[in-house]
Amino acid sequence: MAISNMTHNPGDERLERVPDFGRAPSGSDEEMRLANIWRSEPGWRGWLSTVDHKTIGLRYLVTAFVFLLIGGIEALIIRAQLALPDQTLLAPEQYNQLFTMHGITMIFLYALPILSGFSNYLWPLLLGSRDMAFPRLNALSYWIFLFAGIFMYMSFPLGLAPNAGWFNYVPISGPIYNTGPNIDVFALGMVLLGISTTAGSVNFVVTLFRMRAPGMTINKVPILVWGTLAASVANLVTIPAVSLAFFLLWMDRQLGTQFFDVANGGKPLLWQHLFWIFGHPWVYAIVLPAMGIVSDALPTFCRRPLVGYAAVALATMATMLIGFVVWMHHMFATGLPTVSLSLFGAASMAISIPSAVAVFAWIATIWVGRPVFKTPFLFFAGFVILFVIGGLSGVMVAAISLNWQLNETYFVVAHLHYVLLGINVFPVIGGIYYWFPKFTGRMMNEKLGKWNFWVMFIGFNMGFFPMHIAGLLGMPRRIYTYSSRMGWDSVNLITSIGSFILAIGILIFLINVIISLKRGEKANSNPWDAATLEWSMSSPPPPYNFAVIPAVASRHPLWEDRLEEGIRRSNLAEGYLLMKGHETLGTSPIDAKPLVIFKMPGDSYTPFFVGLFVSLLFLGLLLHWWSFTGLMAVASCITLIIWMWPQKTLKQRTESGTTYPFQGDSK
Amino acid sequence: MNSFDHHFLPVGSVGKLSAGWWGVLALIVTEGALFGYLLFVYFYLAAQTDEHWPPEGLPSLIVPTINTVILLVSSAFVWASERCIRLRQIRWSIGIMTLAIIFGICFVMIQLMEWGNKIYGLTSNLYGSLYFTITGFHLCHVIVGIVVLMLLLIWLSLGYFDDKRHAAVTIGGVYWHFVDAVWLFVFTTLYLSPYL
Ligand code: HEM
Repeated sequence: MAISNMTHNPGDERLERVPDFGRAPSGSDEEMRLANIWRSEPGWRGWLSTVDHKTIGLRYLVTAFVFLLIGGIEALIIRAQLALPDQTLLAPEQYNQLFTMHGITMIFLYALPILSGFSNYLWPLLLGSRDMAFPRLNALSYWIFLFAGIFMYMSFPLGLAPNAGWFNYVPISGPIYNTGPNIDVFALGMVLLGISTTAGSVNFVVTLFRMRAPGMTINKVPILVWGTLAASVANLVTIPAVSLAFFLLWMDRQLGTQFFDVANGGKPLLWQHLFWIFGHPWVYAIVLPAMGIVSDALPTFCRRPLVGYAAVALATMATMLIGFVVWMHHMFATGLPTVSLSLFGAASMAISIPSAVAVFAWIATIWVGRPVFKTPFLFFAGFVILFVIGGLSGVMVAAISLNWQLNETYFVVAHLHYVLLGINVFPVIGGIYYWFPKFTGRMMNEKLGKWNFWVMFIGFNMGFFPMHIAGLLGMPRRIYTYSSRMGWDSVNLITSIGSFILAIGILIFLINVIISLKRGEKANSNPWDAATLEWSMSSPPPPYNFAVIPAVASRHPLWEDRLEEGIRRSNLAEGYLLMKGHETLGTSPIDAKPLVIFKMPGDSYTPFFVGLFVSLLFLGLLLHWWSFTGLMAVASCITLIIWMWPQKTLKQRTESGTTYPFQGDSK
Repeated sequence: MNSFDHHFLPVGSVGKLSAGWWGVLALIVTEGALFGYLLFVYFYLAAQTDEHWPPEGLPSLIVPTINTVILLVSSAFVWASERCIRLRQIRWSIGIMTLAIIFGICFVMIQLMEWGNKIYGLTSNLYGSLYFTITGFHLCHVIVGIVVLMLLLIWLSLGYFDDKRHAAVTIGGVYWHFVDAVWLFVFTTLYLSPYL
């Protein structure tokens, strides 16, 4: 890539310049100036218009957690119904809607968004940048996520929620067997959510490749970054498949097309192809960043760097790649009927090898380190145990013969909860304990934390381990009740009790959060004595993140003196100042050499309004208000045009002196 | 410490160094995937159908071929228009961009005419569903592309861009090239593959 050099006319400071180099310790004039440039307006204006990735990250975390609670309450109602045989708490149709909404909520509205929350908050802090590559797109992706979540719940109070399971197979979800609006809400909601996820993924990928601190070559980025990169790339390639599937289904249902209509040559299996092309990689997308959280945070509590960084990074990418191959293999090698094999079967088989690499890396890190048994450590260690159990049952269902036996039984339910709760929920809660001081400036309570972990861990195993047995006893999934003669009474009762204990564990977590927010011990910049860049600034971080853009020389910038590896040292106190407006540094994709000074956009209302109009457009489609839909399309376009209008402050427009006399640089 | 301490660095949104360029490439990847899946749907269903395919007999190639050429010419114009900016020929650039837009609009008109000539509709049979959905998706992209080109034209006319700052044209331009390249695949699938 062409880099401008000193032979250029040095007169035009506005188009190119040598960035100032220096220090900006807190309290200095420079630092005050930066704080002024980057802060958001107070009050509701700032609230609606902010593009600060930290605010957006926290919003993602809170919103996704609320969805976890909603999904959890649905699960508890399910478990109350199944606690005893022949109960009538729920009618069959209500049961269908509840387990469907539980699945949808957990998989789509909780599991990935919560990880996007972590990544959004942490990404620039880990990479040494002042912002994401597309701050406004980031805000848009949050708003659409929020609106899509509300959209999918819209018909719930009317008793018309989606009811065909989270993978929504046709023909049961087709126009003939499912006449209400239930499935349309799900279908359009998923297309809407897909827009949000895609926007988020673009942002992660571009930020990673363009905005790392100088010196942070690609082999020095934290594993969380690898995990989120893998997830984002997978999303970019596979989200269109599921969005298309849902859109075609909606057209079949509402416009009368015939893609899945058997009577006219359509093929229901087409649905499964499109869904699982997306579904396989999605399962990795909701675990890889969570595994990244563990890979980055566990070493802090073992007082040593992760064992086998390169192996874990490669395993992360390999998992993702295999994720695609698995599906191809389904398609071509085994022929059509086996395509409908359970997702979790083939996925587990493929994931087991690179996952084993990661598991051994974690165990080795604990083994050779000096573990400190703080709450986050407990969650991460618990995660490793659950991961192994979930992996084992996964390999079991992956064996075809067993699969035929166990498919569609509670064994699968047990397995998928071990995988999803084990690999997603436990690291997420541990991650919140770990980064809470960075988020809020206060520590979480250790004592409650330990209670939190043990109650959750015991409740979880008690709630889900017996499901394996229920499955082996032949209990099918998705049944709203069972007869006492089947011999499933005691396992179900234990399962239900366990579920409620798990819920109490989560309640303790919430209480801890609330108490700690108010009265938690104040945290300094690096309360855990951790190694990575996010711990180098105050807690919570200032709006500009880094007063100077640091120069990074290793994977553990804050542990370099202790580890004494190499001679080069990172420089965090001194670096590029970049304070003529919202500025940060753009670097080269692989070796992170400075290439360009980015002008970042400030706060803006456009993302909120684009999000709102696009969501209303989908509402129009749902209700067949065609002219309203058209109006919203136009409104979205106009807002987008305002958003994209080239701005001088962003240096998107010419600066040539004749037509445009000198105008001072932005603030 | 660093060997690169005192280099001049360009400021702001500069051509292929801009974040927007990378963003549009990512967008192209995901949109390309979308069309990939659309064509997959076509081939998947076509391969298993018992019907006569396409039900109305082989499509006529004359109009679509002319239309393909029109779209490609428009792509060439967009390319030339950007070139002209770099050569500091803003007036030329404006003129050529206008031509590109006119050609784009011609494509849309002819495509709509082509739609009108079909004796089947979106819902009359499986082939109709596929034909109108696929070309419809593409037509939407063309229309978005034309709106983008029009914006570029307005911005050019307002004197926003010069040889140093015109990332918007690079970014909008590559999107247009993408939309045109996709058409080649759509054309091959819907019009040429039935002849095989
Ligand atoms: C409080 C904790 C939870 C409990 C008690 C619970 C309970 C259950 C039960 C009993 C079912 C089976 C319903 C049936 O087949 O009839 C189920 C299904 C499911 N759960 Fe959970 N769950 C919990 C948390 C989660 C979490 C955290 C996730 C994902 C991250 C999740 C994802 C799913 C999925 C995808 C299904 C399948 C839904 C379907 O069949 O369409 N669950 N859950």
